[in-house]
Amino acid sequence: MKVTINGQEVQLPEQVQTISGIRKHFNIEQALTIIEQNKKIVDKNKYDSQALSDGDRIEIVHFVGGG
Amino acid sequence: MNNRYDRQVRFDGIGEQGQKKILMKHVGIIGAGALGTHVAETLIRAGIGYLSIIDRDYVEYSNLQRQCLYTERDAGEVLPKAVAAKKHLEQINHNGHVNAIVGELSGKLFSDKFSTCDVIVDATDNFETRLLLNDLAIKYKIPWIFGGCLGSKGLTYTIIPDETPCLSCLMNHMPFSNDSCDLSGVIAPIVEWVATQQVVEVFKLLVEDHTALRGTLLYEDMWTNEHISMNVQTLKNPLCLSCGRHRTHPYLSESKKRYRTSVLCGRDTVHIRPEENMKLDMSYMKQMLMKDELPCVDNGFLLHTCIDGHRLILFQDGRALIHNTSDMKWAMKLYMEVIRKGRTCLTE
Repeated sequence: MKVTINGQEVQLPEQVQTISGIRKHFNIEQALTIIEQNKKIVDKNKYDSQALSDGDRIEIVHFVGGG
Repeated sequence: MNNRYDRQVRFDGIGEQGQKKILMKHVGIIGAGALGTHVAETLIRAGIGYLSIIDRDYVEYSNLQRQCLYTERDAGEVLPKAVAAKKHLEQINHNGHVNAIVGELSGKLFSDKFSTCDVIVDATDNFETRLLLNDLAIKYKIPWIFGGCLGSKGLTYTIIPDETPCLSCLMNHMPFSNDSCDLSGVIAPIVEWVATQQVVEVFKLLVEDHTALRGTLLYEDMWTNEHISMNVQTLKNPLCLSCGRHRTHPYLSESKKRYRTSVLCGRDTVHIRPEENMKLDMSYMKQMLMKDELPCVDNGFLLHTCIDGHRLILFQDGRALIHNTSDMKWAMKLYMEVIRKGRTCLTE
């Protein structure tokens, strides 16, 4: 499926079907992030169940802590 | 009005009235590293009346790539960052009152030095201090501006007590992470980007143009060209322990523990913090160290010595940085041995 992540079009492998799948695919499971799907922030407890659809606009904000 | 501010006075958003406010107001900056030095320099040039800046560290050569106020001489002299920052800020604009604090943020210190601030800028490098700042800013109802950067990524968010979600609300939304230390490094442009976003929000707050505030969480990756402006208002949690109806300021309570140790991210250095109100008699401490034939240099602000190949920096407030180790237990043992040498110099 094709989604837009942080403004860039990305072709996801077939096994990536949820928000958790995205976190795993991009190896950011350990990163502090807030994730938005089509302008709605996804509840962290729903990452496993929140299904992706073709054309979704995903925004991933990394909570970086340096200063 | 002094015409040094002419160009920003001509800017409609500030004007003469706005400039008068800037000249009278007080901004606190927590941290005098990469973000803190950029924010402080812009504010002092803009004519801020009062600037309080706190930092717990000293200037090293590895800071000079991105921490704009400092020079090789500051690193050579092992100056505390707050002291070096004050010196350079006063050279840029002697009209502003700069209060430099060498130390660790605590509830008491905040109450003494920052509770009269109009705005506070987060320029720390860790979430532990940010969460403490969050509790304090909410307690004293002072707007504060979160900022963070790493690699080519940066983000910022303006927190207005009792209006926006607080940092705890946002952190509570994120999945638990073990990844507390990232060694990715950082490039100066993202530091400058975050600092710029923070300062423009400071200006809006100082001139009391709240309608101009951005209102979103702003994120940027300068290398991959990602830009996000996210509305996070829905994350405001009425049950939040930091800002909710039944707030307990949990991070403020946690910070009052007697001794706290932490490994500084990416630096192979242990930081030891004693309880509040400790003060070391540095000249006595130096005498005791020299009696044991330990090399000891005192620059008037801190002592540095070397024990078994480990560089140890001791600050007046009893804090220590112990280099070349990440073993907190061992570092604490070494610290206690050193402190015991000058035990009569510990005063409450």
